Amino acid sequence: MHELAIAESVVDTVTQRLPGAKITRVHLEIGALSGVVPDSIKFCFDLATEGTTLEGATLEITEPPARCRCRACGAEFRPDPPIVLCPCGSADVAVLGGEELKILSVQVA
Amino acid sequence: MCATCGCADGGRTRHQHDDGTWYEHDAHGHDAHGHDAGHRHEHDGGQTVTLAEKVLARNDALARQNRDWLRDRDILALNLMSSPGAGKTTLLERTARDLAAELVIGVIEGDQETALDADRMRTAGCRVVQVNTGTGCHLDAVMVREALTALDPPDGSVVVIENVGNLVCPALFDLGEARRVVLASVTEGADKPVKYPHMFRSADLVLVSKTDLLPYLDFDLARCKADLATISPGATVLPVSAQAGDGVGEWYAWLRQRIPARAGG
Repeated sequence: MHELAIAESVVDTVTQRLPGAKITRVHLEIGALSGVVPDSIKFCFDLATEGTTLEGATLEITEPPARCRCRACGAEFRPDPPIVLCPCGSADVAVLGGEELKILSVQVA
Repeated sequence: MCATCGCADGGRTRHQHDDGTWYEHDAHGHDAHGHDAGHRHEHDGGQTVTLAEKVLARNDALARQNRDWLRDRDILALNLMSSPGAGKTTLLERTARDLAAELVIGVIEGDQETALDADRMRTAGCRVVQVNTGTGCHLDAVMVREALTALDPPDGSVVVIENVGNLVCPALFDLGEARRVVLASVTEGADKPVKYPHMFRSADLVLVSKTDLLPYLDFDLARCKADLATISPGATVLPVSAQAGDGVGEWYAWLRQRIPARAGG
């Protein structure tokens, strides 16, 4: 359950960047290839924020899709996560998007 | 909506950058100043503060420090990962004994509880630091930094970080290792790489372990290798048996080739 550690990292980062500020909304970006399950983050978020300046904040999650470019045939495609395989059969692909795991913004009261 | 900071269009907005400067603009023309630093926008009902920071930025920064620290000392650090019971400790025990004359191997043992693995590795002749993560399911860069300080490995040595047995969480946390080694034992079934692609995608070396048990199992090694070629095309795949000794020579050769002191001459 690394999502709890991820949620705690969010709390640590926000409280360090904005010490003492009451946070009312947190906007995260969790890509389809990030290895993090948004629903699990939602589940852990209340637990991780309890007793902090983020307690009670609304959680908003943007989920960028996986995007890849095949180095064999050059095609850009959207793989079916988490397997990144080009429709041409090649596994030699560059991941262009979907690995994001970011705190985009927060709202301060 | 502003694509950079996510705040809504309309009306004049003023916002403050981390350096304390206030900017005012309408319709969010952001060309006049950079967005690298976090900044604040005032809106009704609160202020949106752009952070645009990686969630694991702190871990990643500490991992970079660990990596630099290890590089400065010509130490090869491996992050050894697998599910529980895949044979990480058994392989390490054999490796430490077989290579005792040529390599100094230090071990950081990650487990939720007990010092059982540390005791085994100490018996095998290694300097060991045990990290008990409690309820934690993975090691992180902070734990490894503290463990490295306690382990105090000599220059030119090998440090194996035996992660908590888990094919999910450890994949996400950079520890500062030079290489990632993932074990998949034949008793787990050939489908592990397909079921846990995040872990295998991040591997530099996949050791298919316990191959001495292949005669008793319905394990398709060819299929496992084919799946790995798809999921982790950059990884080397080596079948090994720490019990019987099959394939350990190739594993040792892989290890020797990656020791910085030797590569440098």
